[in-house]
Amino acid sequence: MEFLHAITVEPIMGIAEDYIFFGEVVISGLLTGVMYSLVALGFVLIFKASGVFNFAQGIMVLFAALTLVGLIDFGIPIWLAMLLTMGVMVALAFVIEYLILRHLVNQPDIILFMSTIGLAFFLEGFGELIWGANVKALNIGIPEISMDVGGMLLNSFDIIAAAIGASLVAVLAIFFQFTPMGRALRAVADDHQAALSIGIPLKTIWVTVWSVAGIVALVAGVMWGAKSGVQFSLSLIAFKALPVLILGGLTSVPGAIIGGLIIGVGEKVAEVYWGPAVGGAIENWFAYMLAMVFLFFRPQGLFGERIIERV
Amino acid sequence: MFYRETGQFKTNYNADQAIFPIAQDRWFVTAVILIAYSIVPFYATEYLLQAVLIPMLIFTIAALGLNILTGYAGLLSLGTGAFMAMGAYSAYKITTAFPELNIIIVFLLSGVSAALVGIMFGIPSLRIKGFYLAVATFAAQFFLLWMFNKVAWWVNYSPSGTITAPPREMFGHMMTGPTATPETRYFLVLTFCVVFAFIAKNLVRGRIGRQWMAIRDMDIAAEIIGIRLLPNKLLAFAISSFYCGVAGALLIFSYLGSAETEAFDIAVSFDVLFMVIIGGLGSILGSFLGAAFIWLTPIILTNVPHLVGLEIATDVQKHIEIMIFGSLIVIFVIFEPAGLARLWSIGKEKLRRWPFPY
Repeated sequence: MEFLHAITVEPIMGIAEDYIFFGEVVISGLLTGVMYSLVALGFVLIFKASGVFNFAQGIMVLFAALTLVGLIDFGIPIWLAMLLTMGVMVALAFVIEYLILRHLVNQPDIILFMSTIGLAFFLEGFGELIWGANVKALNIGIPEISMDVGGMLLNSFDIIAAAIGASLVAVLAIFFQFTPMGRALRAVADDHQAALSIGIPLKTIWVTVWSVAGIVALVAGVMWGAKSGVQFSLSLIAFKALPVLILGGLTSVPGAIIGGLIIGVGEKVAEVYWGPAVGGAIENWFAYMLAMVFLFFRPQGLFGERIIERV
Repeated sequence: MFYRETGQFKTNYNADQAIFPIAQDRWFVTAVILIAYSIVPFYATEYLLQAVLIPMLIFTIAALGLNILTGYAGLLSLGTGAFMAMGAYSAYKITTAFPELNIIIVFLLSGVSAALVGIMFGIPSLRIKGFYLAVATFAAQFFLLWMFNKVAWWVNYSPSGTITAPPREMFGHMMTGPTATPETRYFLVLTFCVVFAFIAKNLVRGRIGRQWMAIRDMDIAAEIIGIRLLPNKLLAFAISSFYCGVAGALLIFSYLGSAETEAFDIAVSFDVLFMVIIGGLGSILGSFLGAAFIWLTPIILTNVPHLVGLEIATDVQKHIEIMIFGSLIVIFVIFEPAGLARLWSIGKEKLRRWPFPY
């Protein structure tokens, strides 16, 4: 009875009593959600263009951040280090296409998935071998001051991070919608064979999406790294991005954003109001449960393409 | 020359439908089992039994379970670690609540409890498919481990949050606990592994297995020819989780001795998935080969530098190990996507014509 009270009445009372605090929770959830979306975006880009579920995306975030921090430690100015890291991520895309993807055309999905897990292991060892495994601070000069907006305390860093995330999404949307390359990408995503037959070079497309995903990983790595330090656990945010991904739909860029926002808010609100009743630390699984409930009603995610099956 | 079925005529249906219709296969399997029971435990060092063979056999059971689900029924699951944890924690609860109960029965019951949980998390599989399902099974992984960490009832309110295998006796021998000899534990694990492998082999070549394979190849077509999806998918989840649950219980009781939830974290789920894919999806033999490959590779990688006299700092070696392991997986997947079991069958084909191939 007490437990029932704790999970039904008390949270609602808590929300009603202090709605400014509730607003704070929701907004911090939204801001975290944007960060999740950043990681989920990398997954979506690659899945959309090649049907590969790239498990290495989380490690790519870590790898990009490690490279950036390592370069900055050499005394290279930040803007140059950023450019160099972008170059490294593009080079990585070329290498991955040349060594792995090229040999796995027409293999079942699970085999491609496996190869990206192998890649994740390799990059993890490689990154830490070169740049070391200890926690590093990443300071890119974004101010971190608390601001008072309508009675709610907000962190300026979170807002700037969200703005950067939002503009990245806008740029990607324009890229997909209005450039010849974007059109080619959408064509490949639609139908490999048809795209090949009208002369779209599949290999160039793959290198491009993996490069773009690498750059998205860099942005995510910078944001998360500046927030919580560059360390191995950075790659674990991939596990945060996965429910976002399936909630929004594996093939949808807007889905990754909306999914991120839903998961971000849902998990913050659940942790703050329902967490104490069940012992806390529910952030780890709550997102997955939420995604699973959504999937019951829409098995392809909120914005995913409808899966049409024929015999 | 040695591996030919020429002249082995079948005169009745029973012989034709035997598990191993070719005599050489029968001899080979019998010989391996005999060697595993009679020669290995008496000549193997304690290190070999304790650190190599026992965990390898336990992971083989888990791989068999996942292979039933992923390889035969085509349902990708990443929650193996959680189902193993369910088995381990249930075994601990059952055996501490009923100390008199035979330890074999405890293991089987813990498998049943894992199977029930497996069915629960398998329900979405009717609507959710492919990678969506794989990610959804992460829910089991994170939720169950969180539950074992937070609900003190599972660890009998011990403040450390660990479960420890209590000493249990059978046939006058200590089966589990600190005083059990490696040999006894090896026999226990080996017996489970052999029996479970035979059950799995028979399951997948019978009606149930064929239904699973039809669902794997195309579930809509399977539905049209009259295979009921929900019961069959749930059965696959149940049996797979049963295997994983028993494997998890054995992992604590026969190998680790005591453990926290970390012993069953996401890395375990991935390791078992590697075993299944590297070994060969949809192959019982593949589960054995895959488990051996994935369990032995890190051990070999750790020991090789010492053997050749190379001294590397431990953290550097750890990183190189991960790199080599990752590259091996990629190389394997590129060169033999169908797994070790396929290599084995190619080898058998070659052996059939050896030494005069045409």
